[in-house]
Amino acid sequence: MSSRPTEFRGAMLERIRSAIDTPSEPVDVPRSYRTSLPAGVDLIERFAERVDDYRAVVRRSSERELPATVRRALEGHHVRRVVTPPGLPAGWVKAVGSIELVADDPPLTHAQLDRIDAVISGCAIAIAETGTIVLDAGAGQGRRALSLLPDLLVCVVRANQVVGDVPEAVARLDPRRPLTWISGPSATSDIELNRIEGVHGPRILEVIIVVNGARTYVRKESG
Amino acid sequence: MTDHHPTFAGTPPFPKAAESALADGQLRDNLGRATATIRAKRERAVAERDDWEALRLAGAAIKDDVLARLPELLEELERNVTKAGGVVHWARDAADANAIVAAIVRDHGATEVVKVKSMVTQEIELNAALAREGISAWETDLAELIVQLGRDLPSHILVPAIHRNRHEIGEIFRSRMAAVGRPAPRGLSDEPAALAEAARLHLRAKFLRARVAVSGANFAVAETGTVMVVESEGNGRMCVTLPEVLITVMGIEKLVPTWRDLEVFLQLLPRSSTAERMNPYTSMWTGVTPGDGPREFHLVLLDNGRTDTLADSVGRQALRCIKCSACLNVCPVYVRTGGRAYGSPYPGPIGAILTPQLRGISQHPVDAQTASLPFASSLCGACYDVCPVRIDIPEILVHLRTQVVRQGGWRARVVSQESAMMGAMATAFAGPRRLGIAERAAAVVSRPFSRNGGIGRLSLPGLLGAWFGSRDLRAPAAVSFRRWWSRRARESRGP
Repeated sequence: MSSRPTEFRGAMLERIRSAIDTPSEPVDVPRSYRTSLPAGVDLIERFAERVDDYRAVVRRSSERELPATVRRALEGHHVRRVVTPPGLPAGWVKAVGSIELVADDPPLTHAQLDRIDAVISGCAIAIAETGTIVLDAGAGQGRRALSLLPDLLVCVVRANQVVGDVPEAVARLDPRRPLTWISGPSATSDIELNRIEGVHGPRILEVIIVVNGARTYVRKESG
Repeated sequence: MTDHHPTFAGTPPFPKAAESALADGQLRDNLGRATATIRAKRERAVAERDDWEALRLAGAAIKDDVLARLPELLEELERNVTKAGGVVHWARDAADANAIVAAIVRDHGATEVVKVKSMVTQEIELNAALAREGISAWETDLAELIVQLGRDLPSHILVPAIHRNRHEIGEIFRSRMAAVGRPAPRGLSDEPAALAEAARLHLRAKFLRARVAVSGANFAVAETGTVMVVESEGNGRMCVTLPEVLITVMGIEKLVPTWRDLEVFLQLLPRSSTAERMNPYTSMWTGVTPGDGPREFHLVLLDNGRTDTLADSVGRQALRCIKCSACLNVCPVYVRTGGRAYGSPYPGPIGAILTPQLRGISQHPVDAQTASLPFASSLCGACYDVCPVRIDIPEILVHLRTQVVRQGGWRARVVSQESAMMGAMATAFAGPRRLGIAERAAAVVSRPFSRNGGIGRLSLPGLLGAWFGSRDLRAPAAVSFRRWWSRRARESRGP
C-alpha cells in the first residue's frame, strides 16, 4: 500500500488536542429517559401490533403447532426451496412437505443463495416497542447473508425473547457478534417519500411468535 | 458514466443560487409535497415518546462528552477495532482519505466498488477521485442511484433525489440504466413499486459481483470497536456483508463512548430521520468475523476541517450532528430553495453552519459562496426545536455571520448599511422625545410613497432597495400610538 495506515495519526491527534484547548470538565450524561415499558403492557400484544405496522405478517403459534405454522408461512408465498442455518431446531421444518430444505453446510455461495426462495431463522432478541427482531448469527440463525439474499424471511421468535424497549435490547446483546436489527421488510421512501416495501433485502417478512398456551406476557411491576 | 462526476464547485452565492431554484416550479412542487409528508410523520413519531426531551438531553450530552475527550476515545476505538481484526487509517483531509481508499481497492486488483449511501464520501468527492484511478463506484441507495444515473447532484441528506418525482425517475431509469449494467425492464412504468423493482434487478448483479464495498458510519463505539450503519433498503446490508473487503470512511466526530450510548441514538435517529419507530435495517459489526461477512475491514478516520470546527467553542456543537435531516424538512428557506442551492452535500440549516466551518471560516477568510451560507436563514429557530441533539443552529448562524462581517467578506458592504440604520434606530429609541420626532418624521416622509395604506415596490439603492424589491411595508400611521395614547389619557381625565 502507498501509505502506512498510521502515517498521519500523531499529527492528527496533536491538532485535535490543541483544538480542545482547556481540558474540560467530564460531561455528565443525564439518563432520565425510559429504559423499559410501563408496567401492565402486554409485550407480545405490543410486539405483534408494531410488527404488523411495518406490513410484515405476524402469526402466533403454540410450540406444538409450530411445524404446521412454518409450513403455512412458506406455502403462502409459493416457496420451493428454503435454506436452513446450522443449529436450526429440526422440529421447526419437519412438516414442510414437498418444499426442498437446503442446509447452509458447507456454506453456499452467494450465487447459490440468490437462487433460494426463502430462509427460516431464529433470533437473538425482539423489541416490543419498535417491532424489531435482532439476529446475532447465533445457532439457528447462521451468517448474515442467509437472511439477506432470499426474498422471504421467516423468523421464529419465542415469547421469552421479547423485551420491552430499545435499552433492554442493547443491554442484552453482545457487541462482539455481527448484529442485524430488522424492523419489517426492506423498504424505501426515496420516491416522493412514499414508503414502498421491498427493495434489496427480503421483500416479505413473516414473524412467528411462539407462545405457550394461555400464559400472558405482561411486564411485571418492578421494584 | 464514471467519467462524468458533477460537483458542487462553481455554485454561486446562496441568493443567486436560490433565485434559479425558486424559479423552478417543478422543484418547488416536489419539495413542498415531500417535506410536508415527512414533517407530519415525524411529529407523530416523536409525540409517541413522552421522554423525547430526556432522550435529546442525553444525546446532546453524549456527543459533548465525545468532543471533550476526542483524542482518547479515538485511540480507544482504534485499539478495539484492531483487536477485532480491523485496520484503522488516519486521514487529515479529503486527499488523504481518497488516496487510502484507492490504494486498498488497487491492492485487491479491483476496478469497481459498491457503495452504501454516505455523506462523508460525498464530502470528500470519493467517486470522482476513484474514477481518476480507473475505479468505478456504484451508488446502491435508490435515491443515490437516481442522482448518479441522472448525472445530478444530491439535494437532501436523507432523500438525495427528493427534487425528482416518479415520472422524472422513470425517465432516468429507462434511458440510463442500460449503459452501466442491467437495463430497465421493458415497458417500465412510473409506479414507485415498479421503479424499486427495477433498481433491485439492476443492482443485484453488482452486489453479487463486487469484491470491495465502501460505506460511511452512523456511529462507532469506542468501548467495543463496533461500527454501525442504519438504512432502509437492504443495500447497506448487501455492501457490508457480501464483498470480501469493506472500507468504512467516518468523520472523527461519529463516535460514541460506550455500547450503552447506542440505546439513545437508536431512538433519536430513526424517529427524527425517516420518522419511523425503527428503520428497517441496522447493521453492527466489530472488526471481522470468520465465516461471516468481509474477510478484511478498513476503517478510515477523517478530519477534513472537523478539528477547525472543534476549535470554535460556539460552533463546535455542530459536530454533534447525527445527519438525520429533520432540520431541512422544517426550514422555510430549504423547503423553497431545495438543497442544491447550498453548494455542498450538507444542505439546509445544518449545511449553513457545518459547511462554512468545515471550510475553515473560523481560521481564515472564505470564498463568497461559503460566506453567503450563514445568511441563508430567517433565524426562525424551527431547526433547533426539531434537532435530536439540540444543536442551537440559530446561535451558530449569528456567530458565523459575525465572523463573515469581521472578515469583510461578501456581505460587508450591505452589512455596513445595516449597521448605519441600526445606529440611527438606536439614537431614535434612546429617548421618548427623539422617538416622537422620528415617528412624526416617518409619517411625513412616507406619505408620498403610500398607496392604500401600504408602501409597495420601490426602486431604491442599497439595502432599502433589496428590501422593497420583494416586500411591501405597511405605511406608518399618521398619528403614532404614543401620541394617540397621551391624547386619549388627557381626554378621559375629562373637563
